[in-house]
Amino acid sequence: MVVLPGNANRGHVRHDAGRLELQGVTKRYPGSDRPAVDDLSLIVEAGQVCVLVGPSGCGKTTALRMINRLIEPSAGDILLDGESTRNRNAASLRREIGYVIQQVGLLPHQTIAKNVATVPRLVGWRRGETKARVAEMLELVGLDPAEYANRYPAQLSGGQQQRVGLARALASDPPLMLMDEPFSAVDPITRERLQNDFLRLHRTVPKTVVFVSHDIDEAVKMADRIAVMRDGRLVQYARPAELLASPADDFVADFVGADRALKGLSLTRIEEIELDDAPLVEAGAPSSDVLDRIASGLLVPVDGDLLVTVEGRPRAWMSVERVTDGDEVPRGPVGSPGPIVDRLATLRDALSALLDANARTGAVVDAEGRCVGLVSVDHIQGSWNAQSESAMAPHG
Amino acid sequence: MAEPIDWDWIDRNLDEIGALTQQHAEIVGISIAIAVGIAIPIGILVRRGGLPYVLASQTGTILYTIPSLAMFAILVPIVGIGRTPAVIGLVAYAMLILIENTVVGLQSVPRSVKDAARGMGMTSWQILYRVELPMALPSIITGIRLATVSTVGIATIAVLIGAGGLGVLIFNDGIQRGLFLTPIVVGAVIATAMALVLDGMLALTERGLSRWKRAGA
Repeated sequence: MVVLPGNANRGHVRHDAGRLELQGVTKRYPGSDRPAVDDLSLIVEAGQVCVLVGPSGCGKTTALRMINRLIEPSAGDILLDGESTRNRNAASLRREIGYVIQQVGLLPHQTIAKNVATVPRLVGWRRGETKARVAEMLELVGLDPAEYANRYPAQLSGGQQQRVGLARALASDPPLMLMDEPFSAVDPITRERLQNDFLRLHRTVPKTVVFVSHDIDEAVKMADRIAVMRDGRLVQYARPAELLASPADDFVADFVGADRALKGLSLTRIEEIELDDAPLVEAGAPSSDVLDRIASGLLVPVDGDLLVTVEGRPRAWMSVERVTDGDEVPRGPVGSPGPIVDRLATLRDALSALLDANARTGAVVDAEGRCVGLVSVDHIQGSWNAQSESAMAPHG
Repeated sequence: MAEPIDWDWIDRNLDEIGALTQQHAEIVGISIAIAVGIAIPIGILVRRGGLPYVLASQTGTILYTIPSLAMFAILVPIVGIGRTPAVIGLVAYAMLILIENTVVGLQSVPRSVKDAARGMGMTSWQILYRVELPMALPSIITGIRLATVSTVGIATIAVLIGAGGLGVLIFNDGIQRGLFLTPIVVGAVIATAMALVLDGMLALTERGLSRWKRAGA
């Protein structure tokens, strides 16, 4: 459990999350006949995740970079907690806004600890509190400080580097985070894991987030609200379910894609549906107990198999006969635990994992990797049917 | 056949050899220090390329290609003889290498790193001295190594304009005395050793400063 220290003991005025308001924000570049961003107005409520999506060149990144004034707007105003960012010193404004980019941009000549400490050092935190904060942030993003603090960025994988990028952006506890395609440079499996971990993180630290993506599935999964942009203009600003159910025009409908029903699976997370109990047996447990539990109906094998766990984490599916062959449940089970699905994964992620593994059921795990139940194709289909009947009415 | 090396001569002139070595090292040290002090700021100023960079680079190239004898001869009527024209000439020769290596080092900093630094709220100065210069340092030190080694060699010619140094052994004691081989060899060996020692010391410094580059390889 990560405990975030209060603001009082540090003497810095900070907020958990801020409200962001864009008012008629426009960016014109000289020599270009149409604005890169045209009269963009939207509000992101404190603690919400707003995903800007659209085809390349639609102005989403320009819009993002105007929020921390890496690009100066030509017209309009941007308010953070009701205060215009225009009159602020640009560098000091940026120190209050977390910034995560696709290429991560860690400082390669500095250790992970120093990278994470960048903004606290810029704003003059004391050494001791910075050090404590660094350790806390690394833990928050799932990297063991003892192992990683003194490494250099080049020694980390792409996914790990982006975790450090997240830790760095969060280190000074900014009320707002800007994320420019943060998960697009990693492989699909790492991306899904980073997405799930980010959602988990966002529950612990509910920052206001503006997130740029070109991937509608990612947008549907991550967003409280999606802003679809085209040619510098905002075409639709809506909750994901609303966007899928009733696209504002043909462009949005096209962008969302023909498979809106399938995409609707991204609206629901595994944790929101009812799971089957998993037939869990811990490695090393007495076989007699296993047989007793089966006899009393407490343990119901799935297709004659039980899921052997080690400290609660799925290790291998094995037949009841093999599990109870000796005096105790085998400690070194050979076999596959089958597909493993994060509780925060969407139904779409889960379906994809099950299809990939050619399995009807998969083990659902929590943040610590412990099995909390089973999800099956039937579950997903059931939820899908329910959804189609209610929310997925055709637009028009 | 006579011994090629007159060990007695070396024995008798140890004090002078020591003094000339020290003098040589001083000329090299002063020249490199001044050259670094001029070239790095120039490299920083022209790091974004374009015309300023072309001008700086071309100037460096022109200075570098002036034959050293001519360079020292031209300087004498302007600043007189002695250490001053020698140092000026040696500084001029070091410019090209130092500017180029500074610029190459600074330009090797990935755009994404600078973007992230700016996005986190670093000012241009902070990006320069916390990000760009530290990352360029290995390349800058490589430049200092190359400049130092060549300066140790070129400085022997400065004897002709009265700057002293190891050139005294090679020219005055050797060449002018009917190619008396011993001082020529002594001067050459010491100059080479000096270049190797300085190069080694700088190489170690460079290694120490670029650990992050080798990490993960």
